[in-house]
Amino acid sequence: MVPLSWYLIFAAALFSIGLFGVLSRRNAIAILLGVELMLNSVNINLAAFWRYGNVMDMTGQVFAIIVFAVAAAEVAVGLALVISVYRRRNTVVADEIDMMKW
Amino acid sequence: MSFWNDPLKVAADWLMGILTGWGMPEIAAQILIGFLGILLLISVLMVLDIFLVWVERKVVARFQDRIGPNRLGPFGLIQPFADIIKLMIKEDTTPGGADKVVYNLAPMLSMMSVLILWAVVPLAPTMLGVDLNIGVLYIIAAGAIGTLSIIMAGWASNNKFALIGAFRQVAVMVSFEVPMLATLLIPTILTGSMGTGAIIEKQDIWFFWLAPLGAVIFLIAAIAELGRAPFDMAEGESELVSGYNIEYSGMKFGMFYAGELLHAFTFGGFLAIMFFGGYRFFGLELVSPFLAIAVLLFKAFIGYWLIMWVKYTLLRIRIDHMLAFNWKFLTPLAFVLLMVVALMNALLAGTPTWLYIVGMFLSNVLVAWGALEVARSYSRREREKVEGPKPVVETAQH
Amino acid sequence: MTGEQITFLIVALVTLGSGLMVVTTRNLVHAALWLVATLFGVAVTYALLHASFLAVVQVVVYIGAIAILFIFAVMLTRKDMRDQGPQMNRNWWFGALLAVLTFGGLYFLLQGWTGLSKTAAALPSGFDAVGELGNALVSPDAYVLPFEVASVLLVAALVGAVYVAFNPHSGNSGK
Repeated sequence: MVPLSWYLIFAAALFSIGLFGVLSRRNAIAILLGVELMLNSVNINLAAFWRYGNVMDMTGQVFAIIVFAVAAAEVAVGLALVISVYRRRNTVVADEIDMMKW
Repeated sequence: MSFWNDPLKVAADWLMGILTGWGMPEIAAQILIGFLGILLLISVLMVLDIFLVWVERKVVARFQDRIGPNRLGPFGLIQPFADIIKLMIKEDTTPGGADKVVYNLAPMLSMMSVLILWAVVPLAPTMLGVDLNIGVLYIIAAGAIGTLSIIMAGWASNNKFALIGAFRQVAVMVSFEVPMLATLLIPTILTGSMGTGAIIEKQDIWFFWLAPLGAVIFLIAAIAELGRAPFDMAEGESELVSGYNIEYSGMKFGMFYAGELLHAFTFGGFLAIMFFGGYRFFGLELVSPFLAIAVLLFKAFIGYWLIMWVKYTLLRIRIDHMLAFNWKFLTPLAFVLLMVVALMNALLAGTPTWLYIVGMFLSNVLVAWGALEVARSYSRREREKVEGPKPVVETAQH
Repeated sequence: MTGEQITFLIVALVTLGSGLMVVTTRNLVHAALWLVATLFGVAVTYALLHASFLAVVQVVVYIGAIAILFIFAVMLTRKDMRDQGPQMNRNWWFGALLAVLTFGGLYFLLQGWTGLSKTAAALPSGFDAVGELGNALVSPDAYVLPFEVASVLLVAALVGAVYVAFNPHSGNSGK
């Protein structure tokens, strides 16, 4: 049997990779890609705790499904924002979208 | 337990005896036998696919008042093999500037997305690849991989026509997934399970009689998902030359083509499984699994023929009309139907069977009639907006 | 080492490898395709955890919708930053440091926890995870409220996305 720690370390590693992507990429779409990785690692944790805890209690899976819904909403709005910004300012580089910075 | 009654189990037990006799550990033997089973299924499917090429060419010829392949072998049966040899010896080109890995991966994924569908197809009461308790969702998931393969092909070809074709096709596939999922939930509600095996077990009455409108919507969504006429804007020959597979040649194109044919046949099979009782035919399936497979194949061929009939009869629809048709008509209708079926199923739960069937059937007819009335009044309003209101018919002229 | 452990290790390594490719590849379409590989690996992980519904929904929602949406968005904004120029910002080393520190911190925290080496109990026979999940999602004693809130959120996101990305000058609006 696979011990619980393997899943948790796997999820932690995936989370760190996503964090690196969010912090270091210039392209706004690539930053959203990193956010997706982080959400997925959280979902792995939820599913793993469901399996290794009380199986009759579906909390882990239910919250994983709600994370799916939130991720879908986040991507739809996020990419719509990126495309809208690209239309007006002709850039997708997060550093160059700085009109509000004074 | 004879070979005639349960061939797969007998063959597996026989192989197991031989392999363990050679000193192979049981688990390794099991994995090996599983792989052999998959290999057998895929080989049978590919042979069937070759035969489908012949069927398609022969049927389209009949629809267009031609004879079709008739030179090679009896009734031109050898023709598809000649086609394959031609595809094999053609030059295998890769366009300049193409993304090589993605370009070569796309046809494989396209074929794979079709083949993995057969894991949940119940061929006979004892023959089912995996009895997934989420079989219905699995079908949609396989479709998602098909979508991915198309956009990969379109992008990697480094060709504008290919990219536009892929964009159109993906837009269509993503949109029509919604009504398809809604109609696939109808057998799920009627059965109380998402497993394909359980859905067939439950169909003492074909679900077609309980939800005829669901079957029709499923057929329309399936045709759109397949990218066949009248929804074939991805391959609009007159505008896009050939769509997403324009840069492919030789066997890579062959894989797209064969994948499309097998996909159409598979969805004919799913129509049979979801709404027409799958392998069941008046107890014939209990006699032998071979007969059950024959029944399923027969029903699948009828579904396939229906899809071909639509393809070679109707004209291509413009993409904006098609998406409007989906989002403004088909999707709401599918969801309304889903709710009506769930409600009627709960209301008529305790009633005698004949009342149950009649009630379900009539509720479907009512929903269809209401939807058509709404569509008619909408199109009348649209027409009046363009042409102006119809002049009142004057009766007293003389 | 059992077969399940070997399977897990292979899946985890492939997933983490493709995850690394997502954040380091210069070509953004490739990054999105590597994301598909990562998501598929996560789906296999769900399957290993016997969460079959999550596994299939992962493929339908993430690969069928989200990844396709990413590829579309990359292609629509492709004039800019084709593949030239740095894809990382100036402080990328700081991000890397922070990521490594996060992983180290999480690993350190997990070390001190006793529930870690726990192995999963066998699933009760006849346990229908999908049915249980469905009941939990719509039962008033359980999670019907979060479920409804999620549906409202999706509608809000749909309307918001259409409104934000809608281009009044594209000529599509003049009906």
